[in-house]
Amino acid sequence: MAAEEKFDVIVVGAGLAGSTAAYVLAKEGLQVLLIERGRQAGAKNMTGGIIYSRVVHEVFPNFWEEAPVERAITSYNIVFLGENSAVTLNLKAPGLGKPPYNAFSVLRAKFDRWIAGKAEEAGATLVTGVTVDELVMENGKVKGIKSGSDELLADVVIDAEGAKSLLVEKAGLRGDFKPEDVSVGVKELIELPEETVNERFNVGGGEGASYTLVGYTKGVAGGGFLYTNKASISLGIVARIDMLVEKQVKVHELIEDYKVHPFISKLIEGGNVAEYSAQIIHEGGIAQVPRLYSDGFLAAGSSACLLINNLFTLRGMDLAVASGAAAARAVLKAKERNDFSASSLSAYESLLREAFILTDMEAFRRTPSLLNNRRFFTVYPDLACSVMEELFSVNPAPSEKAFKVVRRHMKGKAGLLDVLRDLLGVYRAL
Amino acid sequence: MEIIVCAKYALDVAEIKIDPSGKPLLDGVPRRVSDIDKNAMEAAVNIKEKQGGTIKVVCFGPASAKEGLKELLAMGADEAYLVEDPSGGMLDTAATVEALAAAIQKIGSFDLILCGEATTDGYTGQVGPRLAGKLGIPQITYARNLNVEGNSVTAERDLEDAYETVKAPTPVLVSVTREINVPRIPSLMAILKASKKPMTIWKLEDLGLSKEKLEQVSTLQTVDLQGFAVERKRVVIKDKPVEEAVQELVSYLMKEKALGV
Ligand SMILES: Cc1cc2nc3c(=O)[nH]c(=O)nc-3n(C[C@H](O)[C@H](O)[C@H](O)COP(=O)(O)OP(=O)(O)OC[C@H]3O[C@@H](n4cnc5c(N)ncnc54)[C@H](O)[C@@H]3O)c2cc1C
Repeated sequence: MAAEEKFDVIVVGAGLAGSTAAYVLAKEGLQVLLIERGRQAGAKNMTGGIIYSRVVHEVFPNFWEEAPVERAITSYNIVFLGENSAVTLNLKAPGLGKPPYNAFSVLRAKFDRWIAGKAEEAGATLVTGVTVDELVMENGKVKGIKSGSDELLADVVIDAEGAKSLLVEKAGLRGDFKPEDVSVGVKELIELPEETVNERFNVGGGEGASYTLVGYTKGVAGGGFLYTNKASISLGIVARIDMLVEKQVKVHELIEDYKVHPFISKLIEGGNVAEYSAQIIHEGGIAQVPRLYSDGFLAAGSSACLLINNLFTLRGMDLAVASGAAAARAVLKAKERNDFSASSLSAYESLLREAFILTDMEAFRRTPSLLNNRRFFTVYPDLACSVMEELFSVNPAPSEKAFKVVRRHMKGKAGLLDVLRDLLGVYRAL
Repeated sequence: MEIIVCAKYALDVAEIKIDPSGKPLLDGVPRRVSDIDKNAMEAAVNIKEKQGGTIKVVCFGPASAKEGLKELLAMGADEAYLVEDPSGGMLDTAATVEALAAAIQKIGSFDLILCGEATTDGYTGQVGPRLAGKLGIPQITYARNLNVEGNSVTAERDLEDAYETVKAPTPVLVSVTREINVPRIPSLMAILKASKKPMTIWKLEDLGLSKEKLEQVSTLQTVDLQGFAVERKRVVIKDKPVEEAVQELVSYLMKEKALGV
């Protein structure tokens, strides 16, 4: 079918990256078409996550006043899970619960709809229930998109499809993913009354807690998280696909294990699993980021593999918002020159740098290889728990000094040299 | 052929949750075009594709029904009419028919009115038949097949244990079953085109009606609404040869009256 209309920009995917790009472009008066395959924006993004607010605040000032956020996160925890015990590091900082805040828990179904709504308000055309299948290419240049038998042209296509990023591959910007760079993430949304969440997590007044879970993953490289929403909990785990295959473990088994671990089971007790979702996720870090643009084409958000996992925080959503905005600004600059070639769109990269996206990713360049070190998932969490347990247990037997206890528990699991090397690794990576 | 399709923007029953006492929680439940009304729209589009004509879609519902009407325009309707329901869905089918009839009379001429056999939320199955009565035209219910020739329509009716073929002159109202077709999923271009098609929004007053008038005819009251959650049976048949397992499954299903012989 021939196109009757031409848009300046077609954005593929109304996730955080896509809707932000569409919003910034439409606000400047460009004709923008935002295409989402779900029945609504957010329909395919189940469950929730933590969104770090600094970067989002730059694009949507004071967004927390109107956006559907769940809780401002003021209690941050790292939990090392042993067989039957847990060691927790906790940061409580009420200051993080005041504007401009540090992070919010959000439910994507609502939050994505809100941002897509902002894009529509600004004048973008949102079409839902439509999947983009292909790019229209001419001499290696991207000219538009194909959906079924429909073809539609535009000056620029912004790909914000999320982690699968098939269009990035079709535009020739990346090859196949390497198995060790792909993880799978699953999340469950567990409903509990708001008061129960407040009591169990000792939070109130719109504040909430987040937990990063380390260990108890059957030796698979990965980690878990638990966040409080208003009247529910998001519990999930991200695990490397190659190691799941190697250990013959299914990712849902890991989450089922979590749910019966004494530390977690009492937090979710009586809850009702309302949603379950699984997605792939790229933890390859900066090394995995493909070329971000070509003639008539830009990739933003997780379709460009923009994600930081530094063991403490998993940041993808704020990078999606920031990169969507940067892509839009690059297009606006290109529009001034009416030149949408790769060299004209290359401003995107410097804009990403200015927004600290690439710089942050470079700073954590070494974390992905840290995740290759199995001791972090197999030895240390258990070690922390058993050592702490022994140190705090008072027995009639003669007491040992702490260091001796540690050495004894390390025996056969990790040598002193390994530990020193690993500490150096952590120091360098973080 | 001038076709009018009546469509409801119904509660998405898959999204309704039930509280522990069995009360369905209806607040904030999303809405969508009632499934079988999409079959009616598909039937209309099929007729139009074969012999030309126009399709108008009419809806009595909340302001948010515009979203549903956009979808029906994308499926192939030429024009949409929304009569805004100020009651928040509290009126009965008599009132719905009153509003739809007034809208159809204002639209003017038509040859064929198509409805779904029932809506996916209320499932009264009354609106089509009552509307035909109100407009004083013949009606054919439960059509699983529909053919238009000149000034008459022929339909095959689904009577569960038999099919009956009937014929009626136009103008006529036909209510269709799910089996009649598979509603299309609109393409990108169809959706973009639909955003330029006309949509008219009427208040009851534009049709010479009022909330009070509709409340007078709406005499049916919902006294109680009880949902029941179906618990999983948690029966697993495993570690058995296929024949035995199948046998066990069949006898279990028969015991549960899920399979009847
Ligand atoms: C289990 C898990 C937990 C996570 N937790 C966090 C967290 O707590 N904090 C955080 O910051 N990040 C988290 N992330 C990462 C975060 O989810 C992503 O980085 C973020 O969603 C990326 O946003 P995006 O807009 O780029 O892509 P997405 O959010 O994936 O959106 C892509 C959109 O495009 C649509 N789409 C895809 N293909 C097509 C197509 N061909 N045509 C039309 N539409 C299409 C999709 O339906 C979707 O709506 C987590 C990820 C996982 C898997």
